[in-house]
Amino acid sequence: MVRKTAVRKNRYLDSVFLMLVAQRIASQPGIHDASAMLATEANRKLLAGMGYGDDGKDKDFAAAGPNDLVLAVEGDAAAVDAVMANADSYFARGYAAEAGSAPEPRSIAEAVTARPESSVAVISVPGEYAAREARAALRAGLHVFLFSSNVSVDDELALKRDARDRGLIVMGPDCGTGYLGGAGIGFANVVRRGPIGIVGASGTGMQEFASLVHRAGSGISNGIGTGSRDPSDAIGAISTIAGVDALESDAATKVIAVISKPPGESAIAVLAERLRRCKKPVVTCFFGEGHDDRIKGVSTLDEAVGAALVAAGEKKPQFLESEEGALQRSASSEKAKLQPGRRYVRGFFAGGTLCYQAQSIFRRAGLSVYSNSPLHGMKELTDPYQSREHTFVDMGAETFVHGRPHPMIDATLRRRRLEQEARDPSVAVILLDFVLGSIASADPVSDLLGAIQSIRTMGICVAASVCGTNEDRQSLEMQERSLRRAGAMVFASSAQAASFCREAALLLGGGE
Amino acid sequence: MMPMKLEDLLRTKPVFVNVGVRSFGDSLREAGYQVIHVDWSPPAGGDQKMAELLDDLL
Repeated sequence: MVRKTAVRKNRYLDSVFLMLVAQRIASQPGIHDASAMLATEANRKLLAGMGYGDDGKDKDFAAAGPNDLVLAVEGDAAAVDAVMANADSYFARGYAAEAGSAPEPRSIAEAVTARPESSVAVISVPGEYAAREARAALRAGLHVFLFSSNVSVDDELALKRDARDRGLIVMGPDCGTGYLGGAGIGFANVVRRGPIGIVGASGTGMQEFASLVHRAGSGISNGIGTGSRDPSDAIGAISTIAGVDALESDAATKVIAVISKPPGESAIAVLAERLRRCKKPVVTCFFGEGHDDRIKGVSTLDEAVGAALVAAGEKKPQFLESEEGALQRSASSEKAKLQPGRRYVRGFFAGGTLCYQAQSIFRRAGLSVYSNSPLHGMKELTDPYQSREHTFVDMGAETFVHGRPHPMIDATLRRRRLEQEARDPSVAVILLDFVLGSIASADPVSDLLGAIQSIRTMGICVAASVCGTNEDRQSLEMQERSLRRAGAMVFASSAQAASFCREAALLLGGGE
Repeated sequence: MMPMKLEDLLRTKPVFVNVGVRSFGDSLREAGYQVIHVDWSPPAGGDQKMAELLDDLL
């Protein structure tokens, strides 16, 4: 087995394109692993940690910088050499411009000059360059949807203040999803338009909420993402408040849902004051915290959807009513099938908010969980690669996505983790979420199917939910059907799957 | 250009400038929205300080 790298100087390709390059190479016979990424310092460290770079002796690799591409391949010598000999063909531009079309602009300012009616910049460049592009967009008079993460708090605050002064909004950084004037941006699901508006600091929270609203027969007017840090005291909920202001004057919006991790102490005071003055009904979901006399709210996304539907004068659908007795009965029947010694629940989430919600559901039952993204009062999982007792891992956390696309796009790390968990004799239940949408993997359940089957063979229960709609290209119904065929228990929502796991954990008696 | 207020943006069909991951723009275009893609590369050879100096000059 050999490991080799190839560097291409002054070449930029986006991370999703590079992931496709790596997948194509990894699927060649004789190749065990392949990575294609920008040679940023962090990515070079990551690759060096995987054994690339010949302990610093590979001069091209050691000298590569953030403006260069690096291809790293591990496998049989002949296969690796064949890939390296053809490296350029893999990097050949897959995005040929249409014949006869004008050359693409090289900057946001040029783009706006070419098309002055432009209104929104969607920015997903590497984090270290993101604030600069966002500043350029604001200067050009554009609203900003900032998908990039790794933007400093100082930059975020400066950008949001600048936007506010200009009458614009910065959605992000770290903003996964938005619905503007009917357009689903980023990881959005296909949902019908309707009376419910969302302001959300949590991407998958917005996706789950919007999908459940759609499945209930209603729809979304607009969805304004704010980025996860917006409701913190450092940022002071600037974009959340701008979003509430806009939805309050938006004629299509009848009810406003605010979805976020618990806001900071001083941010909550500002937000509470703003929501109190709101002329439209507001539903808030902060996952069981931050709800006091100042802001009344609900604890799960299912409850938020129910409350928003009722406030919009619509009916709460049957599938959102999870009956505790029924969950207890199915947990008890699953427990009876388990071998002795199997007592822990392990959740591996593509959606960070869904990981957070599951912890909140466990906490309310007095159950303790280890997590790499612990809710207040839960235990920190110091090594996110090793589970302990009941464990919930946010697979989209920084550690896992450095130099790699998000687990909603690239299932590699979650698949490896499931193979590892299948060998642990103390695992009773594996909890999984699958997130559909335009940018997500073309078939997320298939990506993990082999691993799910191995887990089932070991006699471990699999509880799963799919976030999305039948209108998404992956189809909710088809994904759910594949899961059932593989022997997983499929729940209508992530909250219901977590509630089933809570009942199982209470019966199994581990981790109190 | 006079910026469009957010509440006005929500009433119109947005027109997008996409910078970075090309598939974000592609999926908006497939959904029927106008998108102009910026052929982006790291500024000034990846040198942040130099890029900021250039920004101030321009």
